[in-house]
Amino acid sequence: MSDLRLKVSSNPHVRSSVTTSQIMAAVVIALLPAAGFGIYNFGIWALIHILICVATTVLTELLYELMLKKPITIGDMSAVVTGLLLALNLPASAPWWIGIIGGVFAILIVKMLFGGIGQNFMNPALGARCFLILSFTRIMTDFPDIGDGLSGATPLGQIKAGLPVNIMNMIIGRTSGTIGETSMIAIVIGACFLILLGVIDLRIPGSYIVSFVLFIIIFSGHGFDGAYISAQLAGGGLMLGAFFMATDYTTRPITKIGQYLFGIFLGIMTGIFRIFGPSAEGVSYAIILGNLIVPLIEKITYPKAFGRGGERI
Amino acid sequence: MFMARYTFTGGIHPNDGKALSKDKPIRDYLPQGDLVYPCSQHIGAPAKPVVAKGDHVLRGQMIAEAGGFVSASMFSSVSGTVKAIEPRRVVTGDLIQSIIIENDNEYKEVEYSDPVPLEDMTKQEIIDCVRNAGVVGMGGAGFPTHVKLSPKDPDKIDYCIVNGAECEPYLTSDYRRMLEEPEKVVSGLKCMLALFDNARGIIAIEDNKKDCISLIKSIVKDDPRIFVKALKTKYPQGAERQMIYATTGRAINSSMLPADAGCIVDNVDTVVAIHNAVINRQPLMERIVTVTGDAIADPCNFRVHIGTNYHELIDAAGGFKEDPVKIISGGPMMGFGIFELDLPTTKTASALLCLTRDDVTAFKSSACINCGRCVEVCPGRVMPKVLAECAEHYDNERFVELGGMECCECGCCSFVCPSKRPLTQSIKSMRKIELAEQKKRAAMAAASGEEKK
Repeated sequence: MSDLRLKVSSNPHVRSSVTTSQIMAAVVIALLPAAGFGIYNFGIWALIHILICVATTVLTELLYELMLKKPITIGDMSAVVTGLLLALNLPASAPWWIGIIGGVFAILIVKMLFGGIGQNFMNPALGARCFLILSFTRIMTDFPDIGDGLSGATPLGQIKAGLPVNIMNMIIGRTSGTIGETSMIAIVIGACFLILLGVIDLRIPGSYIVSFVLFIIIFSGHGFDGAYISAQLAGGGLMLGAFFMATDYTTRPITKIGQYLFGIFLGIMTGIFRIFGPSAEGVSYAIILGNLIVPLIEKITYPKAFGRGGERI
Repeated sequence: MFMARYTFTGGIHPNDGKALSKDKPIRDYLPQGDLVYPCSQHIGAPAKPVVAKGDHVLRGQMIAEAGGFVSASMFSSVSGTVKAIEPRRVVTGDLIQSIIIENDNEYKEVEYSDPVPLEDMTKQEIIDCVRNAGVVGMGGAGFPTHVKLSPKDPDKIDYCIVNGAECEPYLTSDYRRMLEEPEKVVSGLKCMLALFDNARGIIAIEDNKKDCISLIKSIVKDDPRIFVKALKTKYPQGAERQMIYATTGRAINSSMLPADAGCIVDNVDTVVAIHNAVINRQPLMERIVTVTGDAIADPCNFRVHIGTNYHELIDAAGGFKEDPVKIISGGPMMGFGIFELDLPTTKTASALLCLTRDDVTAFKSSACINCGRCVEVCPGRVMPKVLAECAEHYDNERFVELGGMECCECGCCSFVCPSKRPLTQSIKSMRKIELAEQKKRAAMAAASGEEKK
């Protein structure tokens, strides 16, 4: 019977079929509606930016690992997600090289230098976006004219300036802005796909959006103004940020209560930045600040073990 | 009256694989070759052999006596000659002192003492019957049952729970037992209830076994003390702490015993062993073993004489139809991967599972992406990801502080991990190290205390 060649391991002996690359591939698929709408809305340059960003992030990770003789991890698809998210956060009118600078910064500085996948303390795409906004402010805040006669003003900018906006256009996405942020519908379709697959849940996006709405009702001076609230929700990067960037596994708290706290923090910070800040937008900075307080949130929300509290005996 | 939740927080739904053997009635299997009885097939002190090489033994004769209060005696399941007493390999890979008996195939049985009706027995007599029959927890842990049945304060026991969850994938032994011999299960529970005046009996069954639920309900419908609870099907519903929570709403932690929450929990096979011990005065000699998996030609449920070699069980199930890649003694979530088949069936061996694919080596493990799935499914409500990190850094202090000792090693975290990290394995090893160190510290404290005197 010694002809049996048996494998021996510690329990459990079965594994679910879900893998990291499948999860990342699902996120990529979920971003396609937003990316597709961006290309429709802004034209061929949107596509070029997406291709440049994805190629840069994947190549940066590959070269870094080759040079340092580390195991190659580009198969896990997470660099593709970072590249795609970065591109969706760029204005289509930006020069071609902006994606390369952003992509290298995202992968090399934010991700790989901190240990690669799962180790970065802030979302790489958002880190790169904030870096680009601070370094190339003109380029990053100059949005293309999409032929609506508004010469590239974003709806949030219009609201801030007290001008009227067309909410229907904002929900569909026929407005100016970054490549992937304009269409609320496309983003929500992708988010529903991820929620149905169980990749993300509504804890963070839900608490983020609800707390943001409450904040602007109280502090914006517009009170309970339906048009203003829907414009704030549909405009800018709130939807993309809430569903795709605040939910980034690595940089959000892992505990359930922590995730609610995180969402509420993001809602409040976004409200502060949008209403009291000089810029019309505030989602990126809010999420990055949120990323930084994740360790603190996790520390105070560490769960009580079963039978150690909570339940009645 | 009941604070039943019918379920618990966390848990997983693995492919259950029970269809392979679910509809196969229990078949008696008579052993052909030698039988091997490891002296340590329970928690506690090893049993001490009371026979010597060359002795002739009868079926039902004691061959080793309990080595202390927390220990269990062993009985020969066949008649024959003691061939040797020597170390033999068991499923965990350890070499354990074992009694080897050559089967004479005559099955001559000892005379058991005359049964006494349950009503006429004192509580101590019932417990003695269980102890004298060598009954241990047959769900896998192997904790001596007479110890469980002797809590400090028997009046404070509110529930005797029969664990019929059988939440491990592929296993169908408890299912078949409940379907074919439900009256024995109920009778065993009545023996337990006779010990605890204030207790109600609960037979808890997962709701994927609807036929068992209605069958047993019809048997106990006139008994005011026994209730059947249909629990939601989810792994690890059969884990003791999750079982108590789902049936009574009481939550116990790793440093408590079920009795601290007024509960006594025993697995279906154990309860049947209690019935045999108390009503028939027969010692524990047999158990139901599911031989299954996609490598097995004819998956079966066998009534197996304890001590039977695993080879024989595989042959009895038609042998392999495909070469197995992995053979597991027990279920796929908590069983032991074994590297040879020359091993004996013990009191705690519930299944022999032969798979043609090994998930563990089929996937390569990669870095944690912090997805939180392990935290979501952990029934112990700790953070497997963080505990495994502590374990990898040998950080005992933090491991204990963060609740590492609360882990029940159910395997849910490793199962769901998309990065295929061996979380359960890391945590399990660390728990072993920490338990050993706690023992060492206690011994040193005791020694220094004596010096001071």
